Amino acid sequence: MLRRLTILSAGLAVTASLGSPASAYMVYVSNEKDNTVTVVDSTTMEVVRTIDVGQRPRGITISHDGKFIYLCASDDDTIEIIDTATYEIVGSLPSGPDPELFVLSPDGRTLYVANEDDNLVTVIDLESKSVAMEVPVGVEPEGMGISPDGKSLVNTSETTNMAHFIDTESHEITDNVLVDARPRFAEFKPDNSEVWVSAEIGGTVSVIDNASRKVKHKINFEIPGLRSESIQPVGVRITADGKKAYVALGPANRVAVVNAETYEVEKYVLVGQRVWQLAFTPDQKTIISTNGVSNDITFIDVATDEAVQSVTVGALPWGVVVSPN
Amino acid sequence: MAYSVDQAGCAVLRILILFISILLAASRLSGAVAQEPSPAPAEQVSQIKLGYLRAYAPQLALSVLDVPPRDEGVAGAKVAIGDNNTTGTFLKQKFTLDVSEVKPDADVVPAFNDMVSRGVLYILADLSATQLLSIADLAHDKGVLIFNVGATDDRLREEDCRENVFHTAPTRTMLADGLAQYLVWKQWRRWVLIYGSHEPDKLFADALRRAATRFGGEIVAEKEFTDTGTARRTDTGVVQIQRQMPVFTQDFPDHDVLLVADESEVFGTYVPFRTWIPRPVAGTAGLVPSAWHPASEQWGGTQIQNRFAKANGRRMLSKDMAAWTAARIIGDAATRTQSTDPEKLAAFIRADDFSIAAFKGQRLTFRKWNWQLRQPIFLGDGRSVVSTSPQEGFLHQVSELDTLGIDQPETQCELK
Repeated sequence: MLRRLTILSAGLAVTASLGSPASAYMVYVSNEKDNTVTVVDSTTMEVVRTIDVGQRPRGITISHDGKFIYLCASDDDTIEIIDTATYEIVGSLPSGPDPELFVLSPDGRTLYVANEDDNLVTVIDLESKSVAMEVPVGVEPEGMGISPDGKSLVNTSETTNMAHFIDTESHEITDNVLVDARPRFAEFKPDNSEVWVSAEIGGTVSVIDNASRKVKHKINFEIPGLRSESIQPVGVRITADGKKAYVALGPANRVAVVNAETYEVEKYVLVGQRVWQLAFTPDQKTIISTNGVSNDITFIDVATDEAVQSVTVGALPWGVVVSPN
Repeated sequence: MAYSVDQAGCAVLRILILFISILLAASRLSGAVAQEPSPAPAEQVSQIKLGYLRAYAPQLALSVLDVPPRDEGVAGAKVAIGDNNTTGTFLKQKFTLDVSEVKPDADVVPAFNDMVSRGVLYILADLSATQLLSIADLAHDKGVLIFNVGATDDRLREEDCRENVFHTAPTRTMLADGLAQYLVWKQWRRWVLIYGSHEPDKLFADALRRAATRFGGEIVAEKEFTDTGTARRTDTGVVQIQRQMPVFTQDFPDHDVLLVADESEVFGTYVPFRTWIPRPVAGTAGLVPSAWHPASEQWGGTQIQNRFAKANGRRMLSKDMAAWTAARIIGDAATRTQSTDPEKLAAFIRADDFSIAAFKGQRLTFRKWNWQLRQPIFLGDGRSVVSTSPQEGFLHQVSELDTLGIDQPETQCELK
């Protein structure tokens, strides 16, 4: 611990001397292989520092006020809390074993965690830092999405191949919707009307109607010259106006741009190798992809859907979140 | 495409048979209903009974580390049953596993009949090719689906293929091709081969020879290692092996890799590091091709490995993976059809868009001409995964996985 603190304070001095414009957002990237989080300035697109964290960091999110990063340290069976002012690990949350991905409730009070090894969704009360509830779900829970109204939580189970809808009041599963093989991610539309679930091995995104809880459309991807097996959708993000969606396609090395109203794929943006997760900047002008195998992230301009720049981060970048302010 | 016509004819026949049996069943049922009317509750849990029919006898190995675990294969099926049941709780389906063992050379028909009489309609077969063939047609008549999880014999997918037998275990040619692609990718093209004197050893040697021709390797010399029936492990035996193996390999011409075909565990383990000239060993010893590797953590593999180790107290082996995959295929088909009827499940599995996820980095599909599951082949050295095939650059117009094993244009299978 002492050693970590020394490194941290040394790093802090470097950051302070670099400085950064007040308008810039900070992009936080979890690097699964080298146990770090890379901090990138969204304006300069440069790495401003690297934070040492627990083992196998994957899921990453940030409190709505931007003060704390929550990070799944999967192999340490914990969620670390990082203070964004000091970049120090200031606490941890009782995540249950092997936390991989989580979602923060819209009111910022509750964290819902997928425990991949135990077929559970753990509900954590952030104020008391304690487990409020455990909900048994399907085999290998991973994707976590919450409706903007905070009423419905969706967990995807990778081997059961379902989207489990969980009522956030009762913590009961209300609906189980079968999707294609190895569902990795769930993302609600801003108007609560739909939830999009990616299936990595199935190669599709299922659009589930949130009222009827039925699959209303299935999005397929075709890239000339690529085998269909290599198109493996993972991360999904939908713009705040609900008009456009971005889908990370894994070893297809591309992010698909989908018209969220017609479900037509409009473009494939070539990024880096094995692209998994995505995050918008709060102004929604940029979306950032993590490219695991090429050890970089790519900034994509949302207006033009062109890749602007790639930035080398740590080893095997996995998750990404951007500061809200 | 002649086979599709046959299939269509077959399907019509099957539908007819099904229709007649439904009529018969209905007439029988109406009698029963008259006696005891009991409407089924709407939320009734439906049962899907799987069987694991296994030829088993304790087996020796040259290294104690390689002695097959008592529950090899069965353990994988059990983990899949657990996974199926977790899914089943959401859909009111309950899966069970009925395990039955016979001796490796025994008549398996009575055990098969017993299993079917207990209501098992899906059988995971871990049997010899001969045993499997002895029940395949019986199973067809009884509407039972068989999943071959143990036999790697190509003939079960070729001249002896069956419409009702699905194969989740890879074939010897798939394994040999996976290995050969890697050696060629490494530019290690000159091979010598030592093969055992038992039938399976010779079959694997054939697969290696075929792979050499296919991918541009050259077997520059071969030798048979005759099993003289000596004890496999003795205290002082190792002293002799250290002297005998170099002499045995002394007269080989120069080569890049020494291939070993010894499925029978007579000499293979003794080859690496004991050769006359220092060369890597591959085949059934050294770099070994397999359907799964106990150390694979790629493609979400960590999850299945953890789940398996927790349930069974040991690492997951290839046969465990073949059995897990078979039981998951049945589970997935039952889940998605919301049915327990083998006809419906089989139709689902045989459909064009069927695929299964099995921690191998891509969806796995069946070869429709012989119901062999396409799959990548792991190459491992006992400690870790060295590579997985197909290797980069081995292209195919349908699926790169079809560069492994006997492909459709060469098949001798006529499904019946």
